[in-house]
Amino acid sequence: MKVEMKIDVHHLTRVEGHGNINIRVKDGKLVEAQWAVVETPRFFEAMLKGISYNMAPTLSSRICGICSISHTLASLRAVERAMKVNIPRAAKLLRLLAKHGETLQSHILHIFFLAAPDLFGVSSVIPLIKSHPEVAGLALRLKELANRICDLITGRTTHPVSLVVGGVSKVPEKKELETLKEEIIERLPDIQATVELFRTLSIPDFVRETEFVSLKGKRDYPWIGGELVSSDGVIKKEDDYLAMTNEYKEDFTTSKFTRLSRESFAVGALARFNNNYRFLPDRVKAAARKLNLQPVNYNPFMNNIAQVIECYHVMLEAIDILDKLLDNRLDRIRAGFRVKAGEGVGAVGAPRGILYHSYILNRKGVITKANCIIPTTQNNANIHHDMAALVQQSLKQNKNDMEITRLSEMLVRAYDPCISCSVH
Amino acid sequence: MLKYLGIEPEKIKIGVFDFTGCGGCELQLANKEGTLVDFLALLDVVNFREISSDRGDDYDIALIEGSITREDEVERLKEIRKRAKILVALGSCACFGGVNTLKNKFPLREVVEEVYGKDRVETGQVRALGDVVKVDLQIPGCPVSKEEVEKIVVNIVNGAEIKFPKYPVCVECRQKLNTCVFDLGQICLGPITRAGCGAPCPTGKVGCLGCRGPAEEANYESFRQILKDHGFSTAEVMEKINFFNALPEMMIDES
Repeated sequence: MKVEMKIDVHHLTRVEGHGNINIRVKDGKLVEAQWAVVETPRFFEAMLKGISYNMAPTLSSRICGICSISHTLASLRAVERAMKVNIPRAAKLLRLLAKHGETLQSHILHIFFLAAPDLFGVSSVIPLIKSHPEVAGLALRLKELANRICDLITGRTTHPVSLVVGGVSKVPEKKELETLKEEIIERLPDIQATVELFRTLSIPDFVRETEFVSLKGKRDYPWIGGELVSSDGVIKKEDDYLAMTNEYKEDFTTSKFTRLSRESFAVGALARFNNNYRFLPDRVKAAARKLNLQPVNYNPFMNNIAQVIECYHVMLEAIDILDKLLDNRLDRIRAGFRVKAGEGVGAVGAPRGILYHSYILNRKGVITKANCIIPTTQNNANIHHDMAALVQQSLKQNKNDMEITRLSEMLVRAYDPCISCSVH
Repeated sequence: MLKYLGIEPEKIKIGVFDFTGCGGCELQLANKEGTLVDFLALLDVVNFREISSDRGDDYDIALIEGSITREDEVERLKEIRKRAKILVALGSCACFGGVNTLKNKFPLREVVEEVYGKDRVETGQVRALGDVVKVDLQIPGCPVSKEEVEKIVVNIVNGAEIKFPKYPVCVECRQKLNTCVFDLGQICLGPITRAGCGAPCPTGKVGCLGCRGPAEEANYESFRQILKDHGFSTAEVMEKINFFNALPEMMIDES
């Protein structure tokens, strides 16, 4: 039988931003499988030119409405490294706590609102409120907690206020931090229930070997700054991020593509998990085992599971951070500094993967050159190549075009693409 | 009330759409989890691509995030305008063009070259929704406050009047007994910016950037005087005032 297929998904749903899937099959053979980003670019690198050092993080935050804290932190780190500012320990802890709030918020949003409807066979999370109230309850309670963390530490859930050059501008009262700790502890059964829930859901079976890129942990599972590592053995300094990304442009997409040792690489929760598994605490490793996630895992659909695992991890680590904050004086939260010329790179493990901001500042602290490389930009080529392999596997399994469409959509969603971000 | 009488009130059909922006205002719609279930119970969400695969064309209210920067967006926006009874600009990008308008100060060719080098990418001047179609209601903010959106949508559903505060952010900030950000040595646009956000920025000890647009009852003269007394440079003040493209330019020169 000759199989012909023409699949065109225009503006894929349940992803942030606009992207299309185009698949052509002729005589049972794959002719083309394309992941095409059609999002309108905003040109942040151009807009950052002429912006002063203290406004750059505020502007960069607007690259993404979901991971605005990560963008702010990468931007702050680029500015602070350019001007050689060392931030106080308490500020470092508060920033990491904010980061964990964001990771939890972003992952929960993706796992439950964007990915889970496919696993339950519904169009969105809204019908789940009636059909599976216990699932919707988990989603809402965990998301509320995540937003609480971001709100308390940064002054707002989206587009943080109090993350500023030199540290943080405001610290919550110790009593508020104590309450927050109790709230996180109270929600631990919910994240454990989420692990149990995902044990019962079936994740598509698909494997394509690829390269995974992330920050390289030293003592802890890494989130802010440090060396860069790939699962193919490449190790680079933070400042050498360009050698890790190698951006190029394809005609059919407004987002750039990237590559390293192979035709494409992946970033995100699964990449971090694969590269830094040994830094996870035993409780979290045990949860990963329950969900059949072991490094190195090459199934992109397991990124959803790696996100569940990271949620558990950041909640536990947030409790540790709060303990440290509660045990210490919190009066030194912002370093003094002198505005000066310089160049700096800031790498941050954003929810969707490693994020880089790089600036050149003049002696007045005004940005003269900016470059931002976004996690989804780095994933786009990997999604594109995965899709071809997925369609080929599906054709061998005699899947019809409906099934192939559904799987391809799920594949893109598994990466949790933030398309506006990737085009920025 | 209707429910009590055994009548299911007809839900209002809502569509949520995004143009050039960050997705942050759409995300706020899924926040405020404590009342989210009740909020959704009022509505029939027929189109909200970011969180749902339903693609209905039959909606009463269109909530629209983002600014307009490309021709295909103009067409898509006009289509939505034709279908929607009430078109709401959601957030500072939709209302004023937002931070995206910072691009407009450079020639387009230069902007494209800066980011894409020699590759050709289509883009235009950044516009607010109101520059392209008739906008019935503006809910400003970067991001919007979910509390305010919720209140407004509930008022639309109930046919109640929609009111925005006329006073500036400064009033809300003072109610919180914050130290004035000017006294911390920073510029704050709170005295001239429309309230309704609850002053999160000055509460976080960071100056207001005017994302909600001008307050009707702002005292520009005293604002100019404050800027003068603190000796801020025009360049510093301009950088903040132009940030969201939400405030009128007229008052800057004399500062």
